[in-house]
Amino acid sequence: MGFEQILFWLLALGVIVTSALVVLPPGGKNPLYGALLLIVSFFFMSGLYVLLFAHTMAVLQILVYAGAIMVLFTFVIMLLNLSKKELGDETRTIAKGVGVVAVVALAVKTALVIETQTLNIPAKPLPAGFGGVDAIADTLFHNYLVPFELTGVLLLVAVIGAVVLAKRTL
Amino acid sequence: MSPPETLVDKLDSPWLGVVLGVAAVLGMLTVNVLFLVWLERKVSAWIQRRMGPTEVGPFGLFQTLADMLKLLSKQLITPRHVDKPLYHLAPLVVFVPVVAAASLFPFSAGLVLQDLDIGLVLVFAFGGLAFVGIFMAGWGSNNKYALLGAMRSVAQNISYEIPLILASLSVVLMSGTMNLAKITALQSERGYWFIVLQPVAAVIYFIAALAETNRAPFDIPEAESELVAGFHTEYSGMRFALFFFAEYSNVFIVSMVATVLFLGGWSGPLLPGPVWFFLKVYALVGLTMWVRWTFPRLRFDQLMSFCWVVLTPLAILNLLITAFVARLV
Repeated sequence: MGFEQILFWLLALGVIVTSALVVLPPGGKNPLYGALLLIVSFFFMSGLYVLLFAHTMAVLQILVYAGAIMVLFTFVIMLLNLSKKELGDETRTIAKGVGVVAVVALAVKTALVIETQTLNIPAKPLPAGFGGVDAIADTLFHNYLVPFELTGVLLLVAVIGAVVLAKRTL
Repeated sequence: MSPPETLVDKLDSPWLGVVLGVAAVLGMLTVNVLFLVWLERKVSAWIQRRMGPTEVGPFGLFQTLADMLKLLSKQLITPRHVDKPLYHLAPLVVFVPVVAAASLFPFSAGLVLQDLDIGLVLVFAFGGLAFVGIFMAGWGSNNKYALLGAMRSVAQNISYEIPLILASLSVVLMSGTMNLAKITALQSERGYWFIVLQPVAAVIYFIAALAETNRAPFDIPEAESELVAGFHTEYSGMRFALFFFAEYSNVFIVSMVATVLFLGGWSGPLLPGPVWFFLKVYALVGLTMWVRWTFPRLRFDQLMSFCWVVLTPLAILNLLITAFVARLV
């Protein structure tokens, strides 16, 4: 097992463990811990991007998600100001049980599929400038310009909608 | 022109290079922060017609060193009601991104620890991480002043990040790269600094940088008269020192970014590169200190409306004009 592979397993394990802890205790008990663990998970994820030579994506992942989006989460958590009572007691409902069974079933099925299928993708050298700023800009603003702009409009509509809804109750 | 050899390339082992480089950056930051604290006290004294530190060493130069030793030897007090994991981790989370960001700057031609084509974005990404640590400190302290300070700090940081990045993007549009070393080299080749063509962006950057580093007149997160000390109210000893260290390092880093983007980095006649680099950085640091001890603190709503109503639209307009001009020329 090469060094890169060891790194991959460490990072992948990190992603899985930290994202699980977001919903399980301590994250499940305390939303703020959940949000912070999500940041840690994003860090492991950006490490995976680096292993894929997508270093710009890795940095953007940190800048946008760990930086900006998390601020939003933490502010919402603070504004809601949940007490322990509102979070509810730990209960074992049928829905939760079904959820666990479904997740386990999906995991087993995925493992079986990966086990039986062998992907035969020939290894190709990376195109020059792969993962750099230029490559990403070219993809976003050249190949996928219309979807990109539409996403921007969609976000704008969402922001205006949120303001309109919030102002109505003020 | 082939890319200049980086420091890490010159060593046989990349790992050794990274370790040595981080040690060098830490050393540089430590020396500069110690000097900055002394400088701030002297500048404030000078502006207020006082003497400032005079006792320890010539001109009180070793005062901060003595202060640091005092902080090192102090007992670390952990209040009983704090959220322990968050409280203990917060100083480190604030401290580490600062060191990481500082390792990206070109101090001279070829004198750069990590020469990345996304250097500028990475600096901002690390800068954005500071909020996590500040928030952890404020929340973990379980103290109303600390929490209020942290909330103000985070709200202020994410708001002023927008004009800060937009102003920097104007320079990126002109130079066509986000590589800090290449931006500097470009200014050196063309023979002028980008502040000549981007004076508006430079001013916007400077104002936003003051807010990003929580410096007066934007030091609302730790407004002493209202919030005791803001998010680090409950911290003592070396933990407090780490926050302090990060704060002054941040001042240093935003000045370094401004030097690279607008003042031509290490380029300059006669004197060697690093000398020019640090001269420019210290000129900017001096300016931030001058501003701090001259202007009164803003109110929070003034701060926010100034960012969203004045700075951000101005930065967008500047970016648009830059884009058009860059396309035409």
